[in-house]
This record gives sequence, C-alpha cells and structure tokens, in this order.
Amino acid sequence: MVPQDLRYTKEHEWIRVEGDLATVGITDYAAKQLGDIVFVELPEIGRKVDQFAPVGVIESVKAVSDLFAPVGGEVVETNAELGTRPELLNGEPFGAGWIVRIHLSDRGQLGKLLGPAAYEELTQEE
Amino acid sequence: MAQTHEAPLATPLAGRHEALGARIVEFGGWLMPLQYTGILEEHRAVRSRAGLFDLSHMGELFVEGPEAAASLGYALTSDPSSLKVGRAQYSMICFPDGGIMDDLIVYRLADERFMVVANASNAGAVSDALAERLAGFGVVLDDRSLATALVAIQGPRAVGILAPLTNVAPDGLHYYGIAEGQVAGVAAMVARTGYTGEDGFEIFVDVASAGRIWDVLMEAGESAGVVPVGLGARDTLRLEAGMPLYGNELGPDTTPFEAGLGRVVHLEKTGDFVGREALEKAATDGPRKQLVGLIVRGRGIARHGYEVFAGDRRVGVVTSGTLSPTLGEPIAMAYVTPSDAGPGTILAVGIRDQRVPAEVVPLPFYRRPT
Repeated sequence: MVPQDLRYTKEHEWIRVEGDLATVGITDYAAKQLGDIVFVELPEIGRKVDQFAPVGVIESVKAVSDLFAPVGGEVVETNAELGTRPELLNGEPFGAGWIVRIHLSDRGQLGKLLGPAAYEELTQEE
Repeated sequence: MAQTHEAPLATPLAGRHEALGARIVEFGGWLMPLQYTGILEEHRAVRSRAGLFDLSHMGELFVEGPEAAASLGYALTSDPSSLKVGRAQYSMICFPDGGIMDDLIVYRLADERFMVVANASNAGAVSDALAERLAGFGVVLDDRSLATALVAIQGPRAVGILAPLTNVAPDGLHYYGIAEGQVAGVAAMVARTGYTGEDGFEIFVDVASAGRIWDVLMEAGESAGVVPVGLGARDTLRLEAGMPLYGNELGPDTTPFEAGLGRVVHLEKTGDFVGREALEKAATDGPRKQLVGLIVRGRGIARHGYEVFAGDRRVGVVTSGTLSPTLGEPIAMAYVTPSDAGPGTILAVGIRDQRVPAEVVPLPFYRRPT
C-alpha cells in the first residue's frame, strides 16, 4: 500500500501538496528498484522548473537516474540532510527522505498526476 | 556455448537465488543474481566476514595432452610451461593485432593437463579460438563450461569456514594455487583465487554437486556471518581492488600493456604466439593510453563512458566508477593519455554539465590488511 494522501507520477515520484507548496520525493518502489542510494544531486534554491522536467539526480551504487518535477514552479527548499545521508531515500522514502519543495505555479497541473490506486496498479504491471 | 542471441542460461543454483529473493539480471548470456539484500551490505560482508558467490557462468576449458603447455604458450600471452603443477597464472588471449580477446586464469592441474577459466561473455569465443589455435598440437580441448559449476567463498573468514569441510588444507594452499580433493564429500578443485581483493577460494565442481556445495557452505558459514553476494557487489569489490573487467577496462581495442598488465605478456618465452609481433611492437612503441585510478575530489560519481579532461583537453574516458563502499569516496578507473597519467595529476571528469576535479592515484584503491 502506498500512502493514500499523496499523488504520484509514472516516473515514481510522489508529491504532497499543502497550499501552494509541493513536497517531492521518490516512492518506496523506486528506491527498491534503484538499490542502495549513495548520492543525490539537488537543484539550487530559486531554480524555475517545468512540470516533468529533470530537477535532480539520484545515484545508486549501480545506476544514475533523473528526478523529475511532478509540477512546475520554483524550488524553494531542498533536503540538505541528503548530502550526508542519501540512504534516507531507501529507509524513509515517504518521510525523512523527501527531496525538494516546489512553490507550484499552476494547480491545474495536479490533474496530470496519478492517484494512489492508479499508481499502485502501475507498479504491479511493471 | 552461451551465445547472446540465444535464450539466457540458468545456473544450477538458480532456484536457490530465487528462494533467497535475489534480483536476477542477464549477464554474459546467463541469468545471474545482481543482489540479494543490497550491494553495500554484501560488499561489506565480504570485506569484514565472508561472502558466497555463484560463478557458474564462467567458462572452464580443459587442455590435455603431451603438448598442452606448448600449445597454450602459442595460444596465450603468458607462458604456462613455467607453471608448477597445482599453480595458476593470470593470462590473456589476444587477437593477432595485440588487442585483448579475454583475460583468463590458467591452472596447471597436472604436467599435461590445464584448466583455462574464461569470462562468461567470452567463453564461446575463447573456446572457438583455442580450438583453432590448438589444432595441430598433440592436445585435446574439452569445453566443460556447461558441466562445471563454480562457487566462490571470499573474505577474511573464508579459510576458517572452508577448512573443516575439505581435505585439501586450504590454509596451506598458495595464493594462485589449486588442489583437487573433496569438499563436503564431493569431488572438487579448490583454488585460492578470486576477484574481490580478499583472501578466498574458488571451488569447481560438477553441476550436479553445486547445490550441495552451496548449501553446506551457507550452513557452515552462518555463525561466521557468510552472506550470498551478487554481481553488483562483485563489481564494486573488484573495482576497489583495481582489477579490470572485460568490456570496461579490457577489450579488442586495448593491449595488455595499456591496461597496466604487461606482466602477463611473456615476450621472453621461446616460440611464436598469437599476437607476438603486434605486442612486441606495442612494447617498443609504448602505450597510446594508460589505465589509471581516479578519486573524484568533488560532488558526483564518475561512471563508465564519462569523459576525462586536463584543462580544456579531452584526455580520456572513464571505464568503471562507483562510490567506494570501503573508502566512502567516488572512485573510478579511466584510460587517459600517458602524459596525463602520473599519480597526483589533477584531471576533471565530465559529470552531466559539470567538470568535477579528480586526482590520479595509484591502483589498487583498496589493499586488504595483512
């Protein structure tokens, strides 16, 4: 079961929306697929990003993958703790392993995201 | 032999990997465990305790006959006639132009009997090349790759786990030595070789006995903390140990000299061997590129294929790279122009849109405590 209060992308990001602020991370499923995560490249504060554009990079021991912004807007905060503890993405992907906060520019974009049931279906197909 | 266009092969231990929850990938024409619990955990277990590896995908080619030593001396770059019985040497098989077809371990099992162990992805090509090069010599080539299973136990506790189970006295075995005997009551060849930078053993058995060997070692090693280890940690372990991987550091566009492995080319041996003329010329001319170790001195991990720069000059390419689990730093191997290969040289690796400083360091990155 994935958390029911979040929205999801096909690229396995999750997003929690509070007002105009969106907190973004990767799902438990994504973290398991990547394996041990050892490095997270975070965007600069203030960076403007389009919906579904790359906003960071996640590296496991084996692989490199992009983090895509589930919504467009301005990056207002990043999880500095990931600099020394990237393994938080494996251990607490929906909690302490959050990655960026985006001030979202268009709430209409939320309609392009998946609900919990649709996301769960996607991971079962893969 | 395993060809990549055919359906991948399963090792005799496939069911055990599945039961252990391994993530399975195709590698060299085989379905192999990539990881069980996680690469870092498996890596650290091998460095501090012991790990068990299924290497049944490797190729085992037996060469037997009165001209066995001479024929391998013609086919390979090393000089197997110099080996004592029960000893092994690291070797290569090269193309006539001096490029590397594969890196090998050659074991002398008897005066007139050798075992050549090849990488899974090249086992078919090596078998074919040996068949061609050995024609006319008084030898028989027996490709037993599909009949032979290989289980390795590696790590500081490997000798203690294995010793009570076998009559070959593993603690008395030389590094790069091999002995025939029994393990857990099963006929086996036990070699003190490996690909991890740790002490350890590789155990060759008939495929029918692979399950028993695996189970006995898992059980005997339980209290010592042995864990099954997949190809993911095998790669990070060998990279820390500065050991090359075919397809990354080694390939047809590279000579053994460029890979820093000129010691496996025995130009002084008598008689011709395939690639001699080209390798003699390569030895005289000097390398066009040189394999170096790099430690990234900035944020990011250098990966296979990333470009290496000295100032604005592109001087090479990364062949392997990861975050070293033991050092906690990003390490890499790269081919660079020889003039930029000196230890201490500060180069840069192109990581996405940045050029991140990286220092040339001597290999290996990790040497086990003695």
